[in-house]
Amino acid sequence: MMLAVDLMLWLFVVALALAAAMRGRLLLVQGTRAGVIDFLHLLPRIGIGVIGAGYIAEILPRALIAPWLGAESGLTGIVIAVLGGALTPGGPVVGFAIGAAALKGGAGAPQVIAYSTAWALYAVHRLVLYEVPMMPARVVWLRALVSLPLPFIAAGAAILIGKP
Amino acid sequence: MNQPTPQRRRRRAFDWSTAVIAVLSGSAALAVYWRDGAERFLAVLDTDLLLFAYMVPKVLAGCLIGGFVALLLPREQVARWVGHESGMTGLLIAMAFGFILPGGPFTIYPIAAAFLLIGADAGTVVAFIVSWTLIGYTRALVWELPFFGADFVFWRVVMALPLPILAGLLARLAVRAGFPVKSTGPTDKAP
Repeated sequence: MMLAVDLMLWLFVVALALAAAMRGRLLLVQGTRAGVIDFLHLLPRIGIGVIGAGYIAEILPRALIAPWLGAESGLTGIVIAVLGGALTPGGPVVGFAIGAAALKGGAGAPQVIAYSTAWALYAVHRLVLYEVPMMPARVVWLRALVSLPLPFIAAGAAILIGKP
Repeated sequence: MNQPTPQRRRRRAFDWSTAVIAVLSGSAALAVYWRDGAERFLAVLDTDLLLFAYMVPKVLAGCLIGGFVALLLPREQVARWVGHESGMTGLLIAMAFGFILPGGPFTIYPIAAAFLLIGADAGTVVAFIVSWTLIGYTRALVWELPFFGADFVFWRVVMALPLPILAGLLARLAVRAGFPVKSTGPTDKAP
């Protein structure tokens, strides 16, 4: 299954590379370069985050996580997770490492979905630092407003379906 | 022949987020070593290194796909497609581009602002941003997969699939109910 995913991804890469090559060698070189530079930039960050999340999860007090964020914590846990997501500062390394550590440390999947969805949609610092300077402010606030229920819907769906 | 516009580089070798996580991780690793001994320390490292190594080819593929799509799909063209659609089709197309377009906030928000300039309604723009945020493949592939594993990410994305459309519809409702999207006109910021 995972092998099939890998294969598909790389077939896609080859197809795109061919499409770029057909429009000129320069495009092929530029695309490859952009991708590889991105990869080299991200790899150490992701590596630190992934391995760090494992150790952070180890030292998290399970006895504390389970009642507040565990699968049994229900709506309370989801509300805590959403607030945590909205208030998490920093770039993606921080949000994903915290989410992964919580999941490994005993938080429920719906709660972690609520956390990462809330963090992705309305982490406060990101709205103010990135979105408002680049977009008409009122559209940003409209976007934030209609995003409010979304983490709850995603978490609710996860509870209903019983996955992951 | 459209020359790809060079993206604004915001690359620093050092960033605070990573530094903070590195310090936290280092302390946690030391604590595990000190509390549980070398065996446990190595066991954790082993599990996570394996997971990470498993994901590296996917991360590389994700980055390359992003690099090529950014070049092959000129943003002016995308803006034209999205700007002239309306109704449900507009939302669906916006969602599709949110899924396809690679890049971070520095590429996505200017594109969204361009949609507005060209005439897309606020609902379409909201659907686009929410789609990029929640179901964009580069984000899921490059970031989420190494951290959470395939099963979790797959289901997280499935739960998120209806959300961009829902957000777009809610935004249109809010605008119809009087949310002041159109503001001071020329002073509105656009890139």
